Amino acid sequence: MMRGWRFTGDAAPLPTHAFGTASLTWWGVVGFMLIEGTGFALAIASYFFLMAQEKQWPSGALPPDLLWGTIATVVMLLSELPNIWLKRMAEAERIGPVRAGLVIVALFGVALLVIRGFEFAHLNIGWDRNAYASILWALLLLHTVHLLTDFVDTVVLAALMFTPHGLEGRRFVDTSENALYWHFVVLSWLVIYAIIYWVPRLG
Amino acid sequence: MTAAADLPRDGAELRGEALHARLSRTWDTPGDLYARLATVDHKIVGQRYIVTAFAFLLLGGVLALIMRTQLATPDSGLISADRYNQIFSMHGTTMMFLFAVPMGEAMAIYLIPLMLGTRNISFPRLNAFSYWVYLAGGIMIWVAFLLNVGPETGWFSYVPLAGPEYSAGKRTDFWAQMITFTEVSALATSVSLIASILKQRAPGMAIGRMPLFAWAMLVTSLMVVFAMPAVMLASSFLIADRLVGTQFYNPTEGGDALLWQHLFWFFGHPEVYIIFIPGLGFVSQITETFCRRPVFAYPVMVLAMVSIGLLAFGLWVHHMFATGLPRVGYSFYTAASMMIALPSGLQIFCWIATMWLGRPRFDAPLLWVLAFIVTFVMGGLTGVMVASVPLDLQLHDTYFIVAHFHYVLIGGMVFPLLGAITYWFPKITGRLMHEPLGKATVALGFVGFHTAFFPMHVTGILGMPRRVYTYPAGMGWDTLNLVSSIGAFLFAAAILLFVLNILWSLRRGRPAGPDPWAAPTLEWATSSPPAPYNFPHIPVVTGHAPLWDEPGDLPVMTGLRVDDRELLLTTVMDADPEGREASALPSIWPLIAAIATTILFIGSIFTPWAVVWGAIPAAAALIAWFWPKSGDVPPEPVIE
Amino acid sequence: MRRRAALTALPLGGCAGIQSAADGAGRHAAIVGDLFTLFLWITGFFFLLVLLFLGWAILRRRSDGTAERGMAVTLAGWAGLITLGLFALTIASFFTDRWLAAASAGREPPLRLKVTAQQWWWQIEYLDPLPANRLRTANVIHLPAGRPVEISLAAEDVIHSFWVPNLAGKQDLIPGRTTDIQLLPTRVGRFRGQCAEFCGLQHAHMALDIIVEPAKDFAAWRTKALAPAPAPQTPQQKADYAYFMTHQCASCHAISGTPAQGTIGPDLTGVAGRLSLAAGTLPNNRAMLQGWIANPQTIKPGSRMPTIKMSGAELEAVTAYLETLS
Repeated sequence: MMRGWRFTGDAAPLPTHAFGTASLTWWGVVGFMLIEGTGFALAIASYFFLMAQEKQWPSGALPPDLLWGTIATVVMLLSELPNIWLKRMAEAERIGPVRAGLVIVALFGVALLVIRGFEFAHLNIGWDRNAYASILWALLLLHTVHLLTDFVDTVVLAALMFTPHGLEGRRFVDTSENALYWHFVVLSWLVIYAIIYWVPRLG
Repeated sequence: MTAAADLPRDGAELRGEALHARLSRTWDTPGDLYARLATVDHKIVGQRYIVTAFAFLLLGGVLALIMRTQLATPDSGLISADRYNQIFSMHGTTMMFLFAVPMGEAMAIYLIPLMLGTRNISFPRLNAFSYWVYLAGGIMIWVAFLLNVGPETGWFSYVPLAGPEYSAGKRTDFWAQMITFTEVSALATSVSLIASILKQRAPGMAIGRMPLFAWAMLVTSLMVVFAMPAVMLASSFLIADRLVGTQFYNPTEGGDALLWQHLFWFFGHPEVYIIFIPGLGFVSQITETFCRRPVFAYPVMVLAMVSIGLLAFGLWVHHMFATGLPRVGYSFYTAASMMIALPSGLQIFCWIATMWLGRPRFDAPLLWVLAFIVTFVMGGLTGVMVASVPLDLQLHDTYFIVAHFHYVLIGGMVFPLLGAITYWFPKITGRLMHEPLGKATVALGFVGFHTAFFPMHVTGILGMPRRVYTYPAGMGWDTLNLVSSIGAFLFAAAILLFVLNILWSLRRGRPAGPDPWAAPTLEWATSSPPAPYNFPHIPVVTGHAPLWDEPGDLPVMTGLRVDDRELLLTTVMDADPEGREASALPSIWPLIAAIATTILFIGSIFTPWAVVWGAIPAAAALIAWFWPKSGDVPPEPVIE
Repeated sequence: MRRRAALTALPLGGCAGIQSAADGAGRHAAIVGDLFTLFLWITGFFFLLVLLFLGWAILRRRSDGTAERGMAVTLAGWAGLITLGLFALTIASFFTDRWLAAASAGREPPLRLKVTAQQWWWQIEYLDPLPANRLRTANVIHLPAGRPVEISLAAEDVIHSFWVPNLAGKQDLIPGRTTDIQLLPTRVGRFRGQCAEFCGLQHAHMALDIIVEPAKDFAAWRTKALAPAPAPQTPQQKADYAYFMTHQCASCHAISGTPAQGTIGPDLTGVAGRLSLAAGTLPNNRAMLQGWIANPQTIKPGSRMPTIKMSGAELEAVTAYLETLS
């Protein structure tokens, strides 16, 4: 026998979209960041584990060329300027600045991917040479996958914001969460950069 | 454009039959094939998941029976070494990756939104995608096995044996890629469950009032998030070593065979708790209902599960005690491995205390709980034994360990699962399972299990290593193995009885009504089976046991739209209403994206270029998935 | 020692065997056996408490007046009891570790061996500062009773595990790493060890014989083993020897004092005196030996010894020659 109901409250006045922890999208993106962050942490642990077995590190080669990695880091940090601005504009739900911001960040993405190509070309060792080479390539590849994914996300979102759909509240939330993910891409790069470019030079 | 205030909503103006008609139109899944493939209804996806995981249990069980037939007699020539090694590898792989973890997720996908009082899981299309990817991975590895390209190096696939030099062909590659399928699937579902449990609880269901099963799934899902990346990394490194010549695990080029073990067991130990904690959730819900009172010491139960979840990440080296790592480091892992027995021991006390203080009804679900208590405690105690390094060095890799883990996995997860399925069967199908047959099944299962696995403790102590396709006569193992094999068939008979019960009850079971057990949690406040929209109005909760706390009419919240899929978001700690969230409409894109992903994953077993080329259709499918449908901009957001 | 053995045997009565952890014939296994007994009693005690509590909960007559407060106190007591029990077991385990490490202390210097595992047999080397005293054999280890042994462990291909349950716990052999294990056999007898880490196709057939004998007998065995293989005497024996040395056999196997110096397969010096063949797969007698040489791939499919086509006479020759190596 089904129970009867008695009404105690009304949800109609509640908003249909919100930023930060009040949006499910935020939880999805943060969940994804935790997963990928754990992956990074374990790959970094593997790097140090393998390093502890070797007397000479890097073994069999020079460390990766500092130039391209440092350029990548500088451009990555610079990209945070439009990104932080974009997040604020998204939360203010201003369509014009959001469109501009997405395009600028996307262009930064292009630049970073090109620079990343140069980084790969200047690692100074092939991935199959030894374990040092393998973990080096793995770390850089792991980050590249995230960079590429967020770049594609940004481009798609930019395209979307130029359509009528861009005016929906949800899309501003998506933009804000994408900016959050870009923070993750930049922060994780700073750690990876320090490890693959500097740890071999400190030993 | 209609103003938001004019949109139809549930409430005083729209209730009863009229409301049911409107909501059904919005939430229903029609019967045609396209609709069934595109559905995002958590109940339909959940049922698919449950049936598929159960099918893998049966397949894995058949493999076990083949092994036990071979081992019933010494020097048996029934099955060749190669075939046996594939069989035991597939048995472990199927049970761990294709049955145990997915089954916990499956039950949660079905039950959690109902238990929380919401209309759907938080990321419905991601959830559907998760199922298709899981199905694809399971089919792939079984087809590989049937084509004699199945894994052959055990479910944990140590290197260098599984590496390019000693595992020829594609066998290990199929295994490693199956990992990718199942881990993507589990991670996707876990993110969905975490978001649902934290944000979609019924108003008033503060975090300290939510059902213990919800706590169990929250802990489990968080564990998945932090543990699964380890095995994904490990298996990716393995595929890379085998496919493109990396040297992660090659000791002659700076790699290390132990890197595999550390990465694998960093995942592997939490994995067994990921399997077992949903079982703890089942036990709590069953005990509560069938003892007619809430579980004793709820805060202790919650703290116990949380601490198990945390501690589980600090134990993994206990799988590596024989590898020669520094002894002083081992002591830490012994202490931690011992410590985890404390929260489990407290939980056992609390369940028994609930029986003591309550008025137990010994129906089949509660009998499964009794079977769980006896069996799991034994398994936990042998676990305490092998936590000790000197003891472990004798018992590791012997049949004693085989006994231990079957006691904790079958005792700790399968027994509660069978009880849980019996318990929730009426909710899912509208009919009760046959009770006397259910009781007989518990008895046969309990006797069969112990007959099969208890002797293995002795067999291991008497020197029989594990993963052997045969053994010589006269070692003192012959009778023990025969008894184990007989027990295995008895246990299989019990599982068969369970399946027959389900099949019979689907047609002839007694009609159940919404609440046949007089249970306390929200899923019993709606019809059996639930309507596609779960609840006509969102329930409001005033205590830990909603249906017992409110014996009369249930308090509900109104105001959600009925012409569009909408659910209620509440705050994380106190579950105060916070917002209305549009819930995703059905879409074929999760299936298409899963197909594209499958092609990418399987292709990359054969060539690394598959990653590059396969990424393009996968990306296209994902973009189509998220792209909103064109048309008029609706007055309020819709996910199409 | 005997009393301890009895205590261990009590709960595991009738557990003697040549590959049994319950039948300690060495110091390390005996110490661990005692620890197991302790664990068994303590965990058994806790299990009994759980069963009693459960039984009482099921069978008790329900009366009004719940004992919720009393239950909370009991829970706290249970938590304390578990903590105490776990603490006791952890301490016992820790001390056992120390006793194991000190098991060989204050005794004569250890006998040193090196065991190298490969798919699917064991290479055994007796180390010695003098090269002339270095002994190499396969799949069998002779040990003098009462003397500590230190074995350095290495693996050629995949991970294996060295386990002689009557003597001690196991230790993995991992490519790229060296591990070691200490033994101290105390009882004379024949024991069996087996690889305990899945190592591929024939993992089930990778065992070895351990012969623990009085020090005098061990010394005698060692002297005999160090001597070069007996030279062929009769014309038939010379023909058999010639066949062996000029065909595939010598390219894989070594026999000391002969041109056969292959290292791919087990050293066959003294093979006729061994208890078993093919790493514990077959008992050692003429018929078994002949059957093995004729068709190893049927008996141990996948093993590295190929099936070589030989005529009946050739097979006889090889078998007869090997039978002279005792």
